[in-house]
Amino acid sequence: MNALLRSQVLVLFVALLVPAALSQAEYADVVINTSSEAEDVSPVIFPHWFHRIRFQCSVCHVDLGIKMKAGASGISMDKITSGEFCGACHNGEIAWSSENCDLCHSGRAGLETGIKGGHETGGPGTY
Amino acid sequence: MTSRSSAALTIGTLLAVVSSLGAETWKPLSDDGLHDASNPSLEILQEPAEALIILQSDTAGNKVNWVTALQNNEIHPRGSLSGDVEPEILDLDIIMTSTLPLPNVIFPHRPHTEWMRCETCHEELFVSVTGANQINMGNILRGEYCGLCHGAVSFPLTECNRCHSVRPENDLRAPASGAIREPEQ
Repeated sequence: MNALLRSQVLVLFVALLVPAALSQAEYADVVINTSSEAEDVSPVIFPHWFHRIRFQCSVCHVDLGIKMKAGASGISMDKITSGEFCGACHNGEIAWSSENCDLCHSGRAGLETGIKGGHETGGPGTY
Repeated sequence: MTSRSSAALTIGTLLAVVSSLGAETWKPLSDDGLHDASNPSLEILQEPAEALIILQSDTAGNKVNWVTALQNNEIHPRGSLSGDVEPEILDLDIIMTSTLPLPNVIFPHRPHTEWMRCETCHEELFVSVTGANQINMGNILRGEYCGLCHGAVSFPLTECNRCHSVRPENDLRAPASGAIREPEQ
């Protein structure tokens, strides 16, 4: 194995394992704290695992316009209560309504926006 | 297989094993490092263990093999909000050949189209022309191309061998009928 390959493997180890050691969250949990704490509510935690049991990827990432990058979609409570983004389901009909604040705004103080989980890499939550 | 590709494969396997050792299966929400344990509404939220333990198990990510769980009808994710859209399955494998010293990559459209419609990936993220997408592990690790999902929500990038699965000098896995082989770059 030459030096170049060794260095590439080392970079892979660091990129993949260091975040894994630091994180406990369920794989692919998304933290959204773009404006939550600035507006005195807890950060949002979106569990991918729960939603992918019920919906295919395209429903949210094509039909509802939710980007595959944490915090990049411009989601706000105004838009949610108008039926956009999370509000397309969380309207009291398909899923609980947005009046149940702390079911979504359930994160610890100080969490940074991004995709979390045991195998987190430098993915779209970071870039 | 060359000694370099053999060594890289061994390291890939080691990477997957080591990474799986550090991950405890399904932490309770109150102890997952994200949720505020003092939030009384946590009792209403479903615990990951309750939902995931009954699904086809895996060694990485959510410890669920989502593709198999779907194929086994263990889950029935809707294709639209109202559930009236059925997936359009495309059974077409793409083999990426510029992968030495690792084995070639096989991209199977079938399991991807079971989860996603064409426009999720085409044409914004991936051009539908073989060899036209400059995919490499550098930009995948930065969250581009395959790395938009793999390493974020689909099986993680520690699982080298799941994509790098075709030996270039002696294909053990016959390409599916109609498979397209990308030209060497």
